[in-house]
Amino acid sequence: MSRLTTAFRRPLLEENPVSVQLLGICSALAVTKSLAAALVMGAALTSVLVASNALISLLRNVIPHATRLVLQITIIASLVIVTDQVLAAFAPKMSEQLSIFVSLIITNCIILGRAEAFAMTHGVGESVADGLGNGVGYTLLLAAVGAVRELLTQGAVLGFSLLPLTKDGGWFEPLQILGLPPAGFFLIALFIWLTRLLRQRLVKPAPVASGAAR
Amino acid sequence: MITLFLNSLFVENLALAFFLGICTLLGGSRRVSTAAGLGVAIVVVMAVTVPLNHLVYRLLLAPGAWAWAGLGQLDLSHLSLICFIGLIAATVQILEMVLDRFFPALSRALGVFLPLITVNCAILGGSLFMLNRNYSLAQSGVFAVGSGLGWALAVVALAAIREKVEGDEGAPESGSQAVVFVTVGLMSTAYLAFAGVRLP
Repeated sequence: MSRLTTAFRRPLLEENPVSVQLLGICSALAVTKSLAAALVMGAALTSVLVASNALISLLRNVIPHATRLVLQITIIASLVIVTDQVLAAFAPKMSEQLSIFVSLIITNCIILGRAEAFAMTHGVGESVADGLGNGVGYTLLLAAVGAVRELLTQGAVLGFSLLPLTKDGGWFEPLQILGLPPAGFFLIALFIWLTRLLRQRLVKPAPVASGAAR
Repeated sequence: MITLFLNSLFVENLALAFFLGICTLLGGSRRVSTAAGLGVAIVVVMAVTVPLNHLVYRLLLAPGAWAWAGLGQLDLSHLSLICFIGLIAATVQILEMVLDRFFPALSRALGVFLPLITVNCAILGGSLFMLNRNYSLAQSGVFAVGSGLGWALAVVALAAIREKVEGDEGAPESGSQAVVFVTVGLMSTAYLAFAGVRLP
């Protein structure tokens, strides 16, 4: 595998930003009530991440070490403002639903984490691939959680009815608890466990990376 | 005011109802002592930055804020994000220096947490909620202290539970993360009970 594909593929499952590195959990919990919201949030984060990785990688040799965090945050904040405005202009409903969580991409640890850990030390091509991989990995996990929550609270995914509801003469009684905040924690816990199981099969000997940043 | 305070402290707890600052919540809750330091740092930074951001927004960024200079059409509200985060970063830096100079003991206790807080989404989230909900200056102060305390309470409680559950030996690293999430989920469930409380 070339370095580009490795940089793209590693974060999809083995190094998934949410379930393995435990980054960006806040938004993963908050916007996963429906699949559509999860997908839009994933797309917003991916575009910011790719652009910020590319920019920071381009500037990595001119950014002074002492002020790098401030510069990185400024770059990220500008990109997030653009994303936020685009979303507000073209998808006002969705923008309302995601409320402050699009703005909060600024403090999403995935973005700053990848900038620090990868873009500052790698070339532009690899950094873009890494950003794309992490963004897609994040989106995959969000979409999975969003789909489960939407299916079990609405009996439908993206508006397509899969489980006929009792109030419409079907048999499925919606599980309202999955729409409540705690359900997000439980589902993410489940996915962390699943990813780790899968991961152990894929990469047997590798020592388990300690996820949370202390 | 009291309603707003209690609301932000319990019902709309930033950590357990809005999932803000979860990364720090998980990272800083290994021990009760660290969690307490982190909690204090959050309360202080929240209480300073949210009202400050309120002033910055009202006096510099809000539509029509420059009317006195003949620029009534000027609307800089799209710059609020970058101003807020800059102001938070600056506040944290200044706070660090002030604490170091005048309260060295507190500064040592907070240690590495102050810089970390710059990228804590609870802080930025607090400022954004203040903006979203149109709080007045006094309200934003009360909201900041209330939600800061709420966050601190959550992190200390979680640390206490984790210390009991994991003990000194600690569970194997690989399995424990999922367990921590379930723990937080249970705490969040408990906090749901507050939603039923009707405040006068």
